Amino acid sequence: MKDQLTKYLMMLGDNAMILGHRLSELCGHGPTLETDIALTNISLDLYGQVRSYFQYAAELSGEGVTEDTIAFLRKERTYLNVVLLEQPNENFAHVIVRQFLYDMFQSFLTPALMRSTDERIAAIAAKSIKETKYHLRFSTQWMKRLGAGTEESKSKIQAAVNHLLPFTDELFVMTAVEKEMLEQGIGPDLQSFKEDYYIKVQEVLEQAELSLPEAAPRVVKGKTGIHSEHMGYILNELQYMQRAYPQMEW
Amino acid sequence: MDNIENLATRFQERIDAGEKIEPKDWMPEKYRKTHIRQISQHAHSEIVGMLPEGNWITRAPSLKRKLGLLAKVQDEAGHGLYLYSAAETLGISRDEMTQQLLTGKAKYSSIFNYPTLTWADIGAIGWLVDGAAIINQVMLTRTSFGPYARAMVRICKEESFHQRQGYEIMLTLCNGTPEQKEMAQDALNRTWWPALMMFGPRDEDSPNTKQSMAWKIKRKTNDELRQQFVDITVPQAEFLGLKMPDPEIKWNEERGHYDFGAIDWDEFWQVVKGNGPCNKERIAARQKAWDDGQWVRDAALAYSAKKSENEEKSNGIKAQRSEGKIA
Ligand SMILES: [Fe+2]
Ligand SMILES: [Fe+2]
Repeated sequence: MKDQLTKYLMMLGDNAMILGHRLSELCGHGPTLETDIALTNISLDLYGQVRSYFQYAAELSGEGVTEDTIAFLRKERTYLNVVLLEQPNENFAHVIVRQFLYDMFQSFLTPALMRSTDERIAAIAAKSIKETKYHLRFSTQWMKRLGAGTEESKSKIQAAVNHLLPFTDELFVMTAVEKEMLEQGIGPDLQSFKEDYYIKVQEVLEQAELSLPEAAPRVVKGKTGIHSEHMGYILNELQYMQRAYPQMEW
Repeated sequence: MDNIENLATRFQERIDAGEKIEPKDWMPEKYRKTHIRQISQHAHSEIVGMLPEGNWITRAPSLKRKLGLLAKVQDEAGHGLYLYSAAETLGISRDEMTQQLLTGKAKYSSIFNYPTLTWADIGAIGWLVDGAAIINQVMLTRTSFGPYARAMVRICKEESFHQRQGYEIMLTLCNGTPEQKEMAQDALNRTWWPALMMFGPRDEDSPNTKQSMAWKIKRKTNDELRQQFVDITVPQAEFLGLKMPDPEIKWNEERGHYDFGAIDWDEFWQVVKGNGPCNKERIAARQKAWDDGQWVRDAALAYSAKKSENEEKSNGIKAQRSEGKIA
């Protein structure tokens, strides 16, 4: 049970970390200073959540395990984030759509986690709910701006939606870890808000004058540690210092 | 009616009396131009300065350090914003300033044309580069142009936080393994001289100093500021247990200052002229952000135009309704 909880915390933390990492790649390269600052803000919020989850996981794991060994010293197959969040910053439209699809998911997951029987998780969720709402507002606004902006922005963001939406199915897959968490009352039944999620997504797409693609869901299994080819390169950077200079204080 | 000479005299009197000049006040054309140049270059330095440090965000060695660095680089973007806004009060747009940066018409601090090669460079930059910047900027909090002085007050607080954070990174490295300490020493060796160059040419090669002093943009000369920086930094390096990369550094009892060796001014001018190790890459990165962002900025503009058009329409309808013209 403790093992499963630790894995669940990693799952939650890995999602925040991998998305935070992708956003941090953009710091200093944004289309305007204001968006640069806003995306960095989101990245900072996400990394704050990462620390909360990993610190908790480290406490459960005992001797020699820290937030940093969890973040930086695992093998790829034990990272449990969804594949959606590994997708690269192809262009600003991809960044926004990826963010929006995740934020919308978090807007269901976070309130559910606030009701977790695990007080620590409930507290972390309660702390991040404001951030989640702000992130969703930001990404939704940009969905609309790009969707209803110019012909070019519309075609770019529609292409990003078409590419990324099929990855969202994985968000709702109940892995063994999540089933166990559901049984313990620690985590929610993800299927319970799947329909509402897609209704909300479609609402925003309509407001953004975009259409819902009919593509079939992608078969991806990031939550069981089977990632895309992007993941190795992300970890390469993420883990560089800890691998090159093992067991040092920074 | 006042003639220009009277205006100029009164203007100088106001500055001498310690009054702040505000954007709508009369000012000599040269004062305006000098400020546009200096403030925009300062803004560009903040923005270009994000690049060398941004280079280590994805590779930061711990979560805590990653958050610290992300927040720092974000602060620099904020500094850029305040400063562009301050310059805009003088009648130039942010886009215009950006174009001047991209075409090379406007400069930025040369220090950012050096590469960040190890994690210790992030420590050294915070300690030395933000440290040197603070010395300049504390002086600028009392400059005569109001918006610039006020921007500096906000910025200085954050810069001193950056400086402490950088020094703390160095301290951690110096208290770490021999390998870490060597990394710190190497970073100091590479950053020291370019940091000294941040104060600009020697006084005898700095023809604008006198005018800048009169307008209180400067209260101390380049060489005075540089000396101040050396005097502060040498004991800090000692505390870290690092060796200064200048054999001529020695306390001079008589002067009450540290003596230090000659700066390689050839290198300085080469880097200023665009031939530093990373000048091309820095501008290319800013150009790419600008080009890649064009369609995004266009979309945002088009969207807000559409939105206000719609609002106008619906307000129009409401107005007609309230006037009873339509049901
Ligand atoms: Fe700054
Ligand atoms: Fe700074």
